[in-house]
This record gives sequence, C-alpha cells and structure tokens, in this order.
Amino acid sequence: MYKLVLCLRYLRTRWIALASIISVTLGVATMIVVNSVMAGFTHEMRDRIHGILSDVILEARSLDGAPDAARHMELIRKQAGDLIVGMSPTAQVPAMLGFTVNGQRVNRQVMLIGIDPKTYGEVSDFGRFLQHPANRGELRFDLHEGGYDTADHQAEDPAKAAPRPMMETAGWEHRRRKAFWQQREAELAKRLAKSEVAEATTPPTESTTRDQQSAIADPFAKAEADSGEVGETFDPTSQQHPGVVLGMALGSFRDASGEDKFLLLPGDDVEVTYPMSTTPPKPGSAFFTVVDFYESKMSEYDSSFVFVPLDVLQDKRGMIDPTTGVASFNSIQIRCKPGVDLNALRDRLQEVFDPRAYVISTWQDKQGALLAAVSMETAVLNVLLFMIIAVAGFGILAIFYMIVVEKTRDIGILKSLGAGAGGVMGVFLGYGLTLGVVGAGGGMVGGLLFVAYINEIADVLAWVTGTPVFDPAVYYFAKIPTVVYPHTVAWIVAGAMAIAILASVLPARRAAALHPVEALRWE
Amino acid sequence: MAPTVLAARGVTKTYRKGAVAVPVLRGADIDVAEGEMLAIVGQSGSGKSTLLHVLGTLDRPDEGEVLYRGQRIDTLSRRRRDAFRNTELGMIFQSYHLLPELTALENVLAPAMIRYGVFAYLGKRRQLRERATALLERVGLGHRMTHKPRELSGGEMQRTAIARALMNEPRLLLADEPTGNLDPTSGDGVLELMRGLNQTDGLTVIMVTHDRAIAALADRTVTLVEGRVAEEAEGLRVQG
Repeated sequence: MYKLVLCLRYLRTRWIALASIISVTLGVATMIVVNSVMAGFTHEMRDRIHGILSDVILEARSLDGAPDAARHMELIRKQAGDLIVGMSPTAQVPAMLGFTVNGQRVNRQVMLIGIDPKTYGEVSDFGRFLQHPANRGELRFDLHEGGYDTADHQAEDPAKAAPRPMMETAGWEHRRRKAFWQQREAELAKRLAKSEVAEATTPPTESTTRDQQSAIADPFAKAEADSGEVGETFDPTSQQHPGVVLGMALGSFRDASGEDKFLLLPGDDVEVTYPMSTTPPKPGSAFFTVVDFYESKMSEYDSSFVFVPLDVLQDKRGMIDPTTGVASFNSIQIRCKPGVDLNALRDRLQEVFDPRAYVISTWQDKQGALLAAVSMETAVLNVLLFMIIAVAGFGILAIFYMIVVEKTRDIGILKSLGAGAGGVMGVFLGYGLTLGVVGAGGGMVGGLLFVAYINEIADVLAWVTGTPVFDPAVYYFAKIPTVVYPHTVAWIVAGAMAIAILASVLPARRAAALHPVEALRWE
Repeated sequence: MAPTVLAARGVTKTYRKGAVAVPVLRGADIDVAEGEMLAIVGQSGSGKSTLLHVLGTLDRPDEGEVLYRGQRIDTLSRRRRDAFRNTELGMIFQSYHLLPELTALENVLAPAMIRYGVFAYLGKRRQLRERATALLERVGLGHRMTHKPRELSGGEMQRTAIARALMNEPRLLLADEPTGNLDPTSGDGVLELMRGLNQTDGLTVIMVTHDRAIAALADRTVTLVEGRVAEEAEGLRVQG
C-alpha cells in the first residue's frame, strides 16, 4: 500500500519529473504525426500509381514492339485466364509535343501512348482522371462542344477545388473562336503584304520573310498543306484532327493564388513528332486536336503522358505490316481479379514469354524504387525520432537519480519501518511507469489530435507566417494526407513507456540497494 | 527478574573507512528484560547507536549473535528481518525521521501500509485509521493530524514518531537519542511519554543517550566504552 501512496505523493509534489516527461510526450507525438503523414503519403501514392498503372504489364523490349496483340492476349488468357479481368494493348514511344503559345512555339518531351479507348478503361482508372464528364464515362477522342469541368473535380472538398475559369470556353467554342481570329490575322497579313507590294517602297526580301513568319505562326496553314487529300477542305471550325489527351501539367500550371492557368485548351491543335518504326528510325510528325486533359496528380505522369488512339499511332508510326496488315504493340496491360497474388501471376506469365523479348512486371515492380524510397525515409525518421525519445529517457534517468539521492533518508526511514528492498524499488519503478504512461499517453493524445486537425493547423500556420506550409501547387495534394495505423501507435506508445521504465530501473535499484543505517545518517 | 526479550552476545562490528578499519563494537554483551526501560549511555563513538542498530536488525554484526526471545534474528533472511522490524519493533530517532510528503496521520499509518498490501489495507482502512487517530490523540496531537511534518514543532514531530512506532503494536521500542534535538521542556514531555508507555503498557524500551540525567529515568543503565559494556547500574527511579 505504501508504494501506491508514496508513488502518488511523489508525483504530486515533484513536478520537475513531469518536465522530464514532456520530452517523451513530444517525441511520441512527433513520431505519431510523422508516421501518419508518411503513411498517408504512401497510401495516396500507391493509390494513384495503382490507378494509373494496371496490375501487371507485359512489355516488348523493343521500342518498335511486337506484332499481333490479339495472339499475345490469347496466350496470356490460356496461361492465366482464371486470374484476369481485362487486358488492353498499348503502344508507347518517346516523342516531342509542339504547340504555339502567344505566337511562340513550345516543344516538350513527352511519352506518346496509344491506347485502345474501349478496353483501356477496364485495366486502369484512366477515365476518372479526365476533365470532361462524358469522357470519364467513355472516351471517344472526339472534341466536345463544351461542358469541361471548371474546377478540379477530384478535390475532396469541392469548395477548395482549384478553379479553372479558362475551361469554360473549352471545346468547339474555343476552336471556332480561335480559327476565326487566325483567319482574320491571316487576311490582315495578306492585305498588308499586298499594299506593300503596290507601294513598292519596301524591298521584296522583307515581304518574303514576313510570309515565312506568318507561316510558322499559323500551324493550320501548314496542316492544310500537309494533309494532301483533305487539302483546302479542312475547316478548323467544324473539323478536328485525331484526338489527343494531354497530361495536365503539359498544358497548364497552377499560379500562386491556386488557380489553374492553361497554355492550351481542348480545341487547340498540337503537333507531335515521333520516331517512325523504320531502320534507322526517322522522325515523323502529325497534328492532333486536344480533346481532354489527364490529371492523375502524379506530376511525373501528368507532365509527360500524351494519349492518342492506338490505331492512329500504329498507323502513323508505320507499325502496321503493309503486307499482312498485322499491327505491332508495345505492351499489354492486364487487370487481375481482386485478391490475386500479382507476383504469382507475373511468374506464371514469365514461364511462357521469352524474357529476352518481353518484360513482365507488376505495378509495384514498376514503382518499386519510389515506394521503397518512401518506406526507407519513414524508417530513418522513425530511428531518429526514437533516438529523441531515448535521449528523453536519459533525462528521466538523471532526474530520477536526483530524486533517489534526495529521498535517501526517506528510503532509510521506510527500511527501518520494515519496507523491503523490492518494495522500495517498486515505489520508484511505479513512479517511472506512471510518468511513462502519462508522457506516452499525453503524446498519443496530442499526436492523434494533431493528425486529426493537421490541415487546420497548416492553415493557421500559413495565416500566421504568410506563406503556405503545404503548397498544393508543389505536392498536387489538395490537403495533407494522413493514415493512422493503430498498431504503429501502439508500438510507439509501448516503446516510450518501456524507455521510461528502463530509465527508472537504475535509480530504483540504487534505492533498493541503499543500506538503511547509512541512508538514515544522510543529511 | 523478567525473562530476556532481546539479547546481544559478543557482538563485534567494524566499519571500513577506505583502507582503515574502525572497530566500533568489540564484543558487546547485553540482555534486555521484558518490560524494562533500559538506557544505553556512552560517549560519542562508543558504539551505542551501532549497538542499537544491530539490536534492531538494521545492521548485522560481524561476529556474535542477536537473540529475540531466544531465537537468532541476525541470521534471518532479509525479508524476515524486514517483517520483524515492521511488527515487533518500534523505532524513534534523534532527528524524528518522518516522511515529509505525508501528513502526521499518514506517517503514523506508514507501518501499517508497509505491513499490508493494497487490498488488505483498504479492507482494514477504517479500523487502522481509528487506531492511528487514537495514537495521535494519546501523544497529544489530536489537533495536528493533517499537518505535514514541516508544520510541526520538534517535540510534536518526535511524538508523531512515537505514535508511528506504536502503530503495529510492537513489544519493543528502540529510541536513538530521542531528545537530542529537543529543548528541555519538549524533551521532558517525550521522555514522560516513553516512561508512561513502559509503565502502563508494559512496553520494553531501549534508549540510547549520552546524557546521564536522561539515563537516570531508566530502570537500568548500561555504559558502553570503546565498544564494550563497561558497567551496569540500576536506575535511580527504581531505587527511589
């Protein structure tokens, strides 16, 4: 009984020990916050990556691909048809994307991906990343009249979604308006040239350069010239090139106020230059009309993916064998039934496909380095933060030691009254345990509250400091993602308590070992 | 003569201070009779406190034996000696040795808290509190029960210590210079209390003092010189 009474009494009269426990509290709270945020990031990233990639991917090693997707798919179905929900062949090739902004030609390096719009949606969450509600249902690579989202439809809180006012006019409306202005500009230039020729005051060389300039500034003129058979009949106000879906970051940027600004809108034309499937590869180029944007919120993908119809790409790159009419493909995306062990499926497919010609990987293999980096980061942070708690443990040790020294006489008194060594030790171990429970418990509550209100806290901090703590423009997350795993919290709290108890063992043992006579003499 | 309660036979004790061995007790023999009030006197360093500690099992003799009702107690296990101190002995000290965090009442209850576990204690709580209250009232501190030691005077603290020593109804009271830190008036009060306990309750009292005037209150006086019992004398009171 005296253990309990003294333990509580020491707790009530020695606040300094509680100060030592604050470091444990802070350590535990920080660990919980860091783990939750890291887990949140990992979870969000895995979710996104998995949404973009299909479960298992069969890729041909050559950029020119392998012929006959149908036969490959048949073989896959024969080998592992029981595990598979859907398959979709794709072709991909690095390419250059060119478009005009304010009269300036902009070129960007992209990954040009030919997808089969009918089956691609079955193997990945492609549809939900698009900006037109109809395209999210079924993508047909046709420009819509209008109705594109004017705010980020993927935002969890619609009130905080990034506004996109420029998208209001996107679609045919934008295309017609642009064509009208370009026509006017061309006419104006023509008239100007004519009047200059009539006056004959300017040298002819100048007028030719101006002609060349206007030709560069107006890609439609070139397009008309290129597309031979359509020739004069191509009318940009009513006709479109083959459709293309651009990665969001290729055609837009987010400004400081959080609004998305667009360099291109659905309805604009872009020129894509790609290597032809010849030996050696020669560049080929074609015009496409932007029909939608693809926003996976993984900046790596959003700033490089360009989707076009598979058959168009195969045709333009010359991937169709002119004699047999069989088209080549670069990869087959496979979606599995839920709960299927992806590694097992990959291994099963590897049995039948020659590893010299094909690479078969799961989506986790594809992004293994990224996922491993994040989990490595978490592990290192955990080690560092646990060190902080261990440091706090030494603080407890020092303060407890001082308390034992201060209480030496009391320990002598207790022993003279018949208290055993174990009992005296129990007083101080109980003291340490209580402080550990209080410290770790306080840290747990604090940490969980912090996690629960992390976005509000970030907002307040941003308001106080004037700079956003978590800039959505940088992270492409509207808010800080968090996931709390109860077992992680339990481990952290248990670890902190263990450290508090370990730190009190040494002083408690010293207290227990004190000789009563010497302890009583202590002044 | 009444039977011997506590006895020391040829007890030696040597303390080491670095390389130097300091012999404190060199074969002390002592017999304490049931119900007597014994004073151990001697000069500083004569070993009287050490003898008391050895008799109270706080310290173990290097040689010799300590007997309680004919049973050796110096060789008992630590746990048994702890229990012996808790239930058979009451001890009071020159500097009172109260626990500063506890009130006077809680200090008196401390031996009972040590004796009983949490549940046994809670079961007997009412009855133990009554006993502690009665003890405090008996030593004249009924009005001081909720005071912390630092709010009490020296005499009050020592009387609290006496009440605490009596909590587990011991048969022996060991007092180490009980009046050493007190003014004469308070000291007399404490001595009077001890004398009363000895006479009315039949409590055996062993008191260490360097003051022969105080020793004169005892039934019998034992003088220690250099770790040995030099002389024994019957107390004045008994003679008178």
